[in-house]
Amino acid sequence: MANDPSEKDSGSTPPVTAGGSETPPKTDAPESKPDTSAAPPKAAAPATPTKPEAPASSAAPKPPAPAKEAPPKPVPLDNELVQRMKARFGDALREATLDRKQAIILVDASRWLEVARYCYDDEKFDYLVDLTAVDWPKREKRFDVLANLYSFPKNERLRLKSHVGENEAIASVVSVWPVANWLEREAFDMFGIPFTGHPDLRRILLPEEWQGFPLRKDYDILKQDTAWVRENLGIESGQ
Amino acid sequence: MNDSRITDSLPPEATVLGADEIILNMGPQHPSTHGVLRVKLKLDGERIIDSECIIGYLHRGVEKIAEHRSYQQFAPYVDRMDYVAAVSNGLGYCEAVEKLLGAEAPPRARVVRTILTELQRIASHLLWLGTHALDIGALTPLFYCFREREEILKIFEKYCGARLTTHAFRIGGLQYETYDGFEEEVKRFCTDFEHRMDEYEQLLTENRIWVGRTKGIGILTSADAIALGVTGPVLRASGVKWDIRKAMPYAAYDQYKFEIPTGKNGDTFDRYIVRLKEMRQSRLICLQAVENIPSGPIMARIGKVLKPPPGEVYHGIEAPKGELGYYVVSDGTTQPYRVRVRPPSFINLQAFDRMARGALVADVVAIIGTIDIVLGEVDR
Repeated sequence: MANDPSEKDSGSTPPVTAGGSETPPKTDAPESKPDTSAAPPKAAAPATPTKPEAPASSAAPKPPAPAKEAPPKPVPLDNELVQRMKARFGDALREATLDRKQAIILVDASRWLEVARYCYDDEKFDYLVDLTAVDWPKREKRFDVLANLYSFPKNERLRLKSHVGENEAIASVVSVWPVANWLEREAFDMFGIPFTGHPDLRRILLPEEWQGFPLRKDYDILKQDTAWVRENLGIESGQ
Repeated sequence: MNDSRITDSLPPEATVLGADEIILNMGPQHPSTHGVLRVKLKLDGERIIDSECIIGYLHRGVEKIAEHRSYQQFAPYVDRMDYVAAVSNGLGYCEAVEKLLGAEAPPRARVVRTILTELQRIASHLLWLGTHALDIGALTPLFYCFREREEILKIFEKYCGARLTTHAFRIGGLQYETYDGFEEEVKRFCTDFEHRMDEYEQLLTENRIWVGRTKGIGILTSADAIALGVTGPVLRASGVKWDIRKAMPYAAYDQYKFEIPTGKNGDTFDRYIVRLKEMRQSRLICLQAVENIPSGPIMARIGKVLKPPPGEVYHGIEAPKGELGYYVVSDGTTQPYRVRVRPPSFINLQAFDRMARGALVADVVAIIGTIDIVLGEVDR
């Protein structure tokens, strides 16, 4: 599981830092738990404290040598959480990967709300850290909508992801995490992704009448809504 | 959350106000909004029935700019988001990119980063305390707070040449070694600071006017705080003992002993107390760290051209205002494919409506102040 505490002193350290002055941060975990929900810390335990191969061989001669290990890349993930979710959602759970020790679960956009509700109710991911989107214009469904979740009882992060095409909508998760209200408004503002069931889906950072969605890849960095700028600011260009 | 919104888009009959209701605009230019924030209040006499924050006046498209800069070139931009805590912003970004690269800063760099970031936390809280007190009508603390903040800014200036938008850290470590006498100066500041803290407390903590203006104002329960994604001192004042420095340690925080102060009532007074206690804890961290700065290199060997392998990473740190997260996506080129900033101020500000309902107009400035927002970060 993408358990950040274990990331701290695992493999990627350059050899010079492997002197062992750090203590594993695990000890702090109980103190940091805000409430006493029943869920036991599952997948957190078997994380390896240090990767053996890197420091041993190349350490001595040149201390600040670059970390010569395989570059980080996404690998398939299969842990208890993924199995539980697979059993529950079947093929709607498209893919589970581990990228830089962070868990990413790709689900069908049609069951986005259902998965969110499940993560909140059953898996105790009670805090929606962030919700945003990424644009991949060459892909058939161009947007990644993603939600970074955190569980206070488990001290664990999880990223839910879904592919959404242009002009397609995705369900709003405001009913699960109220914080999603402004986050979804921002994603709508910047990417033009409509969230169905959102109580108040309007632009949030840009003016209401603005045309275009700036964080889409086909929106040039110098581009702007010149008509709006001319009318409201009384100048020809904001540049 | 908000079912009865005051918007221009509503049908005409919905905007008809009751006999005693008025709509009041605060901002965008208002001294106590700490920047260009506009708050639309719906009032019944003096009492707030509904509120709406209108933001975006300072939107500069930082996330878009990131996609057109190299990883290193974007680093100075992050200082311009929360410009009163630029060092913390830099730490979050640099560590996120390091994670993406699979590299880590050397121990010496991590400890120096920790010291500077904690000093920045004190400076940020001091600015908050001074202006928050000023908003509520206590003029004096501002001068005391700025006196100490000046000492911290002098340390920054000596270290990297800049006081506010410091760009103190680099991806992979630090650019500059600490200057001669750095340790002594930090130590001297921390030693003096303890008594200075007592002075603020004397001015405010038992001041009847201060207590009257802050106790029981802007209450946020712990359940609401979690549901609204609130982090940082605002969350802890609601009684949730959670701090990323403890939960998922980064930099060198796992080496130091410190406590997480929490409040009980989740009101403006508790948030004040939590931030004061946090400053004392930051002071302790600095003292511990400065005692034993490991020697060694300050920069990891990561090369001059950064091309992180394709993939994505989220990294969150405990900035003075709450969880500051960077979600960085790489497509294998020298420029980030996407940088998403999870700004604590933006998300904490969303809780304003919950805190303000039922309060009086005069409390609005107290509530805006207590969330500790920086509009540069809200709007990005």
